Amino acid sequence: MIQFRSVTRHFDRSDPALTDVSFHVRKGEFVFLTGPSGAGKTTVLRLIHMQLMPSEGEVRVSKFSSRKMRRREIPELRRRVGYVFQDFRLLEDLTAAENVAFVLECTGTPRARIEPKVQRLLGQVGLIARARSLPRELSGGEQQRVVIARALATEPIVLLADEPTGNLDERATAGVFDLFRTINASGTSVVMATHDAELIRRHPSIRVIELEAGEVVFDSRDSGADPESRSQVARGIPGHSGADA
Amino acid sequence: MRTLRDATQGIRRAPLLSGLSITAIGLSLFIIGLFALTAHNIDEALVGVESRVEVVAYLEEGTSDEVVAVASSEIAGFPEVEEVRFVSKVEALYDASRELTEFSDVFSDLEVNPLPASYEIKLLEGSRTPEDVERVAERLAGYEFVEEVRYGREWVDKVYALRRIAGGAALALGGSFALGAILLIGIAVRMAVLARSREIAIMQTVGATDSYIRRPFLVEGLITGLGGGLLALGLTWLVHVSVDRTLLSLSWLPDLWIALGLVLAALLGVVAAGRAVRREIRRIEVF
Repeated sequence: MIQFRSVTRHFDRSDPALTDVSFHVRKGEFVFLTGPSGAGKTTVLRLIHMQLMPSEGEVRVSKFSSRKMRRREIPELRRRVGYVFQDFRLLEDLTAAENVAFVLECTGTPRARIEPKVQRLLGQVGLIARARSLPRELSGGEQQRVVIARALATEPIVLLADEPTGNLDERATAGVFDLFRTINASGTSVVMATHDAELIRRHPSIRVIELEAGEVVFDSRDSGADPESRSQVARGIPGHSGADA
Repeated sequence: MRTLRDATQGIRRAPLLSGLSITAIGLSLFIIGLFALTAHNIDEALVGVESRVEVVAYLEEGTSDEVVAVASSEIAGFPEVEEVRFVSKVEALYDASRELTEFSDVFSDLEVNPLPASYEIKLLEGSRTPEDVERVAERLAGYEFVEEVRYGREWVDKVYALRRIAGGAALALGGSFALGAILLIGIAVRMAVLARSREIAIMQTVGATDSYIRRPFLVEGLITGLGGGLLALGLTWLVHVSVDRTLLSLSWLPDLWIALGLVLAALLGVVAAGRAVRREIRRIEVF
């Protein structure tokens, strides 16, 4: 479903942000993307979302290929790939419900279907009671749930999450993470960039792809279930738990 | 609905800049409007003048009636000619004494009629341009018995020239003002895009199409353009009324011209906004 084939991505003339990265994420899979700050986690997510195109190699997402992608096809891809940010990025002057409705409106959902769908999405993330609250009236965990509801509005086949629990306390992190698990259980693939070693350790069954200096240094699918071969982040090796750039 | 709300929000967010854009379009079209008003009234005057344009061919003394009759039907057959009237020497004297009453004594005392016979030739509508008249005059001068050909085209030519100058000046001045207006609308739209860059980035993230994102800005351009057009129309109307009441009687612009002017204004707004928004949206990175 998501395929990276020898992907290299340069920014300007500096060293490449990614070098010869290859991996495959299957339909319905949950993947942790981890690594130290500046390892290239966000670059991978942006390549999947086709905000960036590879300098070399190919990124495939479902039927879309970075080699053949035209600008006018990008909206169609983005509707199938939800994106959750660490810092939420909600529209501050709109309520939780309006933030979700906004996405439905601008992706062409018929007016009559918006309200019931917003209710369903907010129900899915457990926020019906806070539908009329502005973002500043919500806790971090609640804001992140609105962002997830917003990302789910277009019924994506894959959900990308860039450090989604980075700004949350332990309790909120657990709640948001459970939500991702539930969404994944319903068949949506999830690729979550995180440097939260504890979160990764607590979920050993989830595949881990680790990046370092733009290269894949570890993929738990290739290493099987051997606990000794868990990634450096998962094993808590010092220097491998910074926030991504 | 959202498009319209967002478009008016853009105008409300930067009222001064939007006002400036409307004024700039308004002024550029007002210049065009003024020249259009002038050109239209010259046109009207020309139609009146042209219908009276006649070519007069004076005949030599002693031209026989047969020659006059044959030539008369020949001239009537010219493609530019609507009507030929033969004015005999007697008729010429009669007409002169009737039109110039103060000289009636002089005319009645004459022993010899000094006035020549002539053909008064009216041209068909559409064949009254300086070139047409010149051509007919040359053919008439070709007849041996025609002594002289006269036609009052010179000053009509001058009016024509004035008409062309008015048109050219309208285009040149209006065009340069319009360029300024396009730049101003571009700045206004760019500011509106920047003010909404967060919203636009979210739209791009969730898969809104470029055309959906652009639409409110195009509508903003349309509203600004139309506003400018209406301002220009109002100003031109004011000038028309004040000149009509004080200096000379003027006719108001035809409806078609007004409609075309408003369409032009709206187009100006849309094109300027389209240019600016296309460039700006591509600059916004999806976070």
